[in-house]
Amino acid sequence: MGIERVFGDKVITTSVQAIATWARKNALWPMPFGTACCAIEMMATLSGRYDMARFGSEVIRFSPRQSDLMIVSGRISIKMMPVLLKIFEQMPEPKWVISMGACASSGGVFDTYTLVQGVDQFLPVHVYIPGCPPRPESLIDAVLKIQEILEGGPLARAPATSSAFAESPSPQGLSPDRPKAGCSQSIAPHAKDPLGG
Amino acid sequence: MPKTLSGDEILQKLMARFPDKVTPKKSPGSTPAHPVIDREHVRPILSFLKSEPELAFNFLADVTAVDYLQLELPEIRERFLVVYQLYSLEHNHRFQVMARVPEGDPRLPSVCDIWASANCGEREAHDMFGIEFEGNPDLRRLLMPEDYPGFPIRKDYPLRGRGERDAFPQYRPGLGTGDIFPEDATGSWSEKANKGSLP
Repeated sequence: MGIERVFGDKVITTSVQAIATWARKNALWPMPFGTACCAIEMMATLSGRYDMARFGSEVIRFSPRQSDLMIVSGRISIKMMPVLLKIFEQMPEPKWVISMGACASSGGVFDTYTLVQGVDQFLPVHVYIPGCPPRPESLIDAVLKIQEILEGGPLARAPATSSAFAESPSPQGLSPDRPKAGCSQSIAPHAKDPLGG
Repeated sequence: MPKTLSGDEILQKLMARFPDKVTPKKSPGSTPAHPVIDREHVRPILSFLKSEPELAFNFLADVTAVDYLQLELPEIRERFLVVYQLYSLEHNHRFQVMARVPEGDPRLPSVCDIWASANCGEREAHDMFGIEFEGNPDLRRLLMPEDYPGFPIRKDYPLRGRGERDAFPQYRPGLGTGDIFPEDATGSWSEKANKGSLP
């Protein structure tokens, strides 16, 4: 642009979008929704040995209004799901969701009457982490994947804005249509009358 | 003077005081026998166990229930048994009393006024087995959501439920936090259960 020629190395020109994305990417503030043993691994990830602060995500906010990354780590029962949704609704946009571990992603071993078989039936999940519980390295990898999404890398997808989820659910991620493995009696939650009445 | 009694001694005292109202139930491999009683006699017998000075069961450790759907035993006769675990802090002895509850009419008098600690146990048995404890001051569900249709620990309840875990209305953003599960989307669970439209 030529400005550099006038001011030398003291100036970098860029767009507002790029600088905001850069700042956002390196300061993801997680909202930890830890309900089970995955939360212990999450705590390990945040503390000194694994040190998620290296990737800019160390500021755990227990207030959803100050966070932009929801980490669902643990079993979600049908009584807890409304609480999770209420907290998710309170997070400002743009926001991203990690579904950590087998239970949050699919119900895990708890194939019972009281457990939600995957939070992606109700939340737009961006990154799933396999494992029971996953290692801290997996969680760090998931945060890096979120950063890729945020930056518009190969995994890029729209953040979990309300309109994006309501209008164009993507086949891999937002997935209320995804058939549930090993769950022959289940009813698709998006059907008009889920109870089949 | 505290004197610890064995289970058989307590049972004999009980059968002497309430003849032909108490059926001893001998489980294989377990001693002593436990008394099985009818629901009309729950309050008199349990009050006696608390107030009799030689027994003095001043602590109710637990109230729970058992479903005998597939097990027919002559001394039980009904589908449910409600189990009271008693302990005497004074004499350091324990005792267990079981009360029959019929399937078609699962009512039982509450013992909350005898031991206040019965409250939570009765609420749990109500939540899981659908037993109505008459006189309990706060008989709400303890663990399940309050409008859950059914009693999940009954033996004939399917492990994966009857579709309740998937029966949330779909998440619709922008409705506000109060309307995430609007009632008119699918109707409440209890409504469905009453109409019999749950599979």
